[in-house]
Amino acid sequence: MSAPAIRVQRVSVRLGDYEALRGVSFEAPEGAFVAVIGPNGAGKTTLLNVLLGLQRPDQGVVEVFGMDPAKLPPDTLGYIPQLKTLDRSFPGLAIELVVTGRRRSWPWRISAADRAAALHALELTGVARLASRPIARLSGGELQRVYLARSLVRNPKLLVLDEPGAGMDIGAEAEMYHLIDHYQTASKATVLMITHDWEGARVHATHVLLMDRGLAAFGAPAEVAREDRLLNVFGYAGHQASTHRTPPDA
Amino acid sequence: MFLVTRAIKPRHTGLHPMPDSFTWEIMGLGFVAAILVGFVASYFGVFIVQRRMAFLGSGLAHAAFGGVALGILLDTQPLFVALPFTISVAIAIIWVRDHTGLAEDTVIGVMFSVAMALGVVFLFLKEGFSGDAYTYLFGSVLAVSMTDVVLAGCMVAATLCTFPLWGAWAYATFDRDLARTDRLRVVWHDYVLACAMSIVIVVSMKIVGMVLIAAFLVLPAATARMLSQSFRQMTLISIAIGVTTPAIGMYLSLFPDLPPGAPIILVQSAMFVAALVVRKQGMIK
Repeated sequence: MSAPAIRVQRVSVRLGDYEALRGVSFEAPEGAFVAVIGPNGAGKTTLLNVLLGLQRPDQGVVEVFGMDPAKLPPDTLGYIPQLKTLDRSFPGLAIELVVTGRRRSWPWRISAADRAAALHALELTGVARLASRPIARLSGGELQRVYLARSLVRNPKLLVLDEPGAGMDIGAEAEMYHLIDHYQTASKATVLMITHDWEGARVHATHVLLMDRGLAAFGAPAEVAREDRLLNVFGYAGHQASTHRTPPDA
Repeated sequence: MFLVTRAIKPRHTGLHPMPDSFTWEIMGLGFVAAILVGFVASYFGVFIVQRRMAFLGSGLAHAAFGGVALGILLDTQPLFVALPFTISVAIAIIWVRDHTGLAEDTVIGVMFSVAMALGVVFLFLKEGFSGDAYTYLFGSVLAVSMTDVVLAGCMVAATLCTFPLWGAWAYATFDRDLARTDRLRVVWHDYVLACAMSIVIVVSMKIVGMVLIAAFLVLPAATARMLSQSFRQMTLISIAIGVTTPAIGMYLSLFPDLPPGAPIILVQSAMFVAALVVRKQGMIK
């Protein structure tokens, strides 16, 4: 049996006086699509930082493909951050952002090989026509696709997405899931996605990690995303009208 | 400003209204030094503008004045004291910011006030008043020596050596977290950039003056930003503005016999306004 793609054992992280993660353990096999869900403050971003090698756990063991995440070769990893972290006023073009996936620095000039690879990745995500468009003039959905192209250009073994559907309309979000599914099927990559979208997690993920600072549940979506568990963690399990509403008269 | 009221305002060339060959000879060093520091300031300016570090530039300029005052007190070349003094303040600002969770502008506000207060103390401890202080506040062509030109030349050479880091700095400027996941040492780069800013500020002080140095760092890059669609374009336009405007500003400073800093900044401001108009007219998208 091959080693798990992600192995997290009894991991705890303290941020000052705040215990952001408490004894979290799970293992995700290679090729898994893990959706991480939980309420705000549940430790999802802290777990993400630990898996990306940006945050050292205070206790416990974390391995990604059998390695310390901080020592993982960067090309192994494709990371799509939340759009809110980037500087939208930065004077850059979409193709330059994609090339950073290959070069790991902002390109002064784009070589023919880098251009071809970047255009191919942009084609895969359906936005090759936006290659020369300034980043500041991309919509949220377009920018997510450019970011996805930036990840795909390095053909990563692990794709990490931080709330990829935030700011997207339903159609764009569905298209995004389709692209991720397609890439995963073709490459056998492992995917880890932080999301608030339970429905997306139910349909697309092979595993769901339900968090509440510690681990509330981990397993198949149908098992984890049960109404009683969601109620327990979120205090809520879907929209319910507080009063019976009828359409207003015309 | 108390320091200014105590100062005896010097004439800057004493050779107006029309520059002759002798004036040009005297001005030569100033011109060369201004163009060299203009190149470096406008190159680093693009990172300062995009990282919203303009206040750090202002803070370090005040800190540099503390170092100059210490140099005057010690009767030594002020630049050689100001350089390590300002670099130390820059490192302290980044370190305190990263280890206390305080906002950067708060840390800068504290540090530059302390450095400025020290500068005032140093100047008052010095018996008699040195006209040097005025030079560093507002800049002066006559104060530029061959040592300053050599220093500015070394700074240009050092800047060219940092060019391979342009891509890493640009990447971290765009998205710091993304750069960290690619194992870029963004904190180390922060220190390098802050130290580079300190050196630029100290070496530029004699030309532009402490009061206007923050604008000298920011204006070419801010103008370039409005005319650019890529970061490379922004860098090149900023450098073009950075090397031409000091020469124009210094030439204009000859006629009313002004310290050069103000005309340089006014020329850069005029270009900024022109770029704003071009942008607003939709000539650049």
